[in-house]
Amino acid sequence: MRWLFELLSSSIGKKLLMALTGLFLFSFLVVHLYGNLFLFVSEEAFNEHAHSFASNVIIRTIEALLFLAIVAHAFTGLYLARQNRLARPVRYRRHRAAGTRTLASRSMLITGSVVFIFLVIHLRGFFYETRFGSVYGGESLYVLVTETFAIPGYAALYVVAMILLAVHLAHGVQSAFRSLGIESARYTPAIRAVGLFLAVALPAAFASMPIYFVLQSGGVI
Amino acid sequence: MAAASSANLDLTLDVWRQASPDERGGFQRYEMAGMSPDMSFLELLDQLNDRLEREGKEPIAFDHDCREGICGSCGFLINGHAHGPQSGITSCQLHLRSFRSGDHLVVEPWRSSSLPVIKDLVVDRSAFDRIIQAGGFISANTGSAPDANALPVSRTKAELAMDAAACIGCGACVATCKNASAMLFTAAKASQLALLPQGQPERHQRAVRMVEAMDDAGFGNCTNERECEGNCPKQISFSHIARLNRDYIAGKLRAVT
Repeated sequence: MRWLFELLSSSIGKKLLMALTGLFLFSFLVVHLYGNLFLFVSEEAFNEHAHSFASNVIIRTIEALLFLAIVAHAFTGLYLARQNRLARPVRYRRHRAAGTRTLASRSMLITGSVVFIFLVIHLRGFFYETRFGSVYGGESLYVLVTETFAIPGYAALYVVAMILLAVHLAHGVQSAFRSLGIESARYTPAIRAVGLFLAVALPAAFASMPIYFVLQSGGVI
Repeated sequence: MAAASSANLDLTLDVWRQASPDERGGFQRYEMAGMSPDMSFLELLDQLNDRLEREGKEPIAFDHDCREGICGSCGFLINGHAHGPQSGITSCQLHLRSFRSGDHLVVEPWRSSSLPVIKDLVVDRSAFDRIIQAGGFISANTGSAPDANALPVSRTKAELAMDAAACIGCGACVATCKNASAMLFTAAKASQLALLPQGQPERHQRAVRMVEAMDDAGFGNCTNERECEGNCPKQISFSHIARLNRDYIAGKLRAVT
């Protein structure tokens, strides 16, 4: 196991870990979104889907891996950020970018941190209630979700978190592929395009849900 | 001789002065009046140093050698840009015609814990040497030059290897990277061998050893923002970093089996 420790303690190894955990969490968003889309179908369909997920051994195993991935991604990210700061103890008086840095790439630490805080609130509100709280006690998850989404303050928090997630992913997805060493003149433009599309489309689809339920409760829809 | 391209320039320079690695540095302001636009930036510093010496003051220390952009000795940040505002050139190839009279220029050394300032604008780049010593070579005795076509190399690979070999080790990539990462330097020095047949036997071992030396020197981590490529005087492609990532990961995984 020493080789694995050595690999993960190197600069490229830590980037590899960031890439693999990041892409794993990103792929989970697709599964999560699929489940959420049942909100637009019916209460029964949504609850049925949620129950089938919660009682699936494979899903529960992946769930444990997701928690590990979140912790690994967050801590490695913080550690890398600290190392990067230490690598330049004296700052420049004037430092101009060459033009390839983006808002997304510059703000990974900030966007990632806010998304993490959102995730804690989000997991407490829904995941905890499903596994151990009121939903576990027999209440409808659909009612919990739609009522929470209908609170304008929560919906606003949700939308802001999704915007920051999109910004995070806009750099993160293509960066992950580079860290894995996947780059070629033939495939990279496609990876970048698809990555950027999904980085915006997935959070936008998530954000559409609280917006929908806020508007519905307000009688707009 | 062509006439001067435009009128002479008056420039204000804020230059980083630091007497030794352990002493605190600071910016000193110098007014340079009537400078020819055809002067190189290093010649501007030469003129300033002549003046400082006449005044009995310590001249500004800066690295320089070939003064034609091939040795990699010179380099500092000029107004926040490594090697100045023009792309694809070194500080010695930068001419004052790139500036306008009245410009205020901030001249700073590369800033990285791994390339510490020795004096003024001179930094210690021996961390780069240690990366090369760790694996930036081939161990085989190459003997005399082989017949041109005895060892086939595709044109694409030859061009890519040559592009990587254009790295002059100036340090602009580290200087411009927000993380002070040396990935572009290390990747170029590994790729120039990894792309050619002679470099294959030690390809993965080389990547592992060079990255270890790079990490030991305390450079930052690459965050794939390509700033290094944009400020590289030899315009080394960022894609070499992906190759180094591949070779390093493969090297670590192969060592297991």
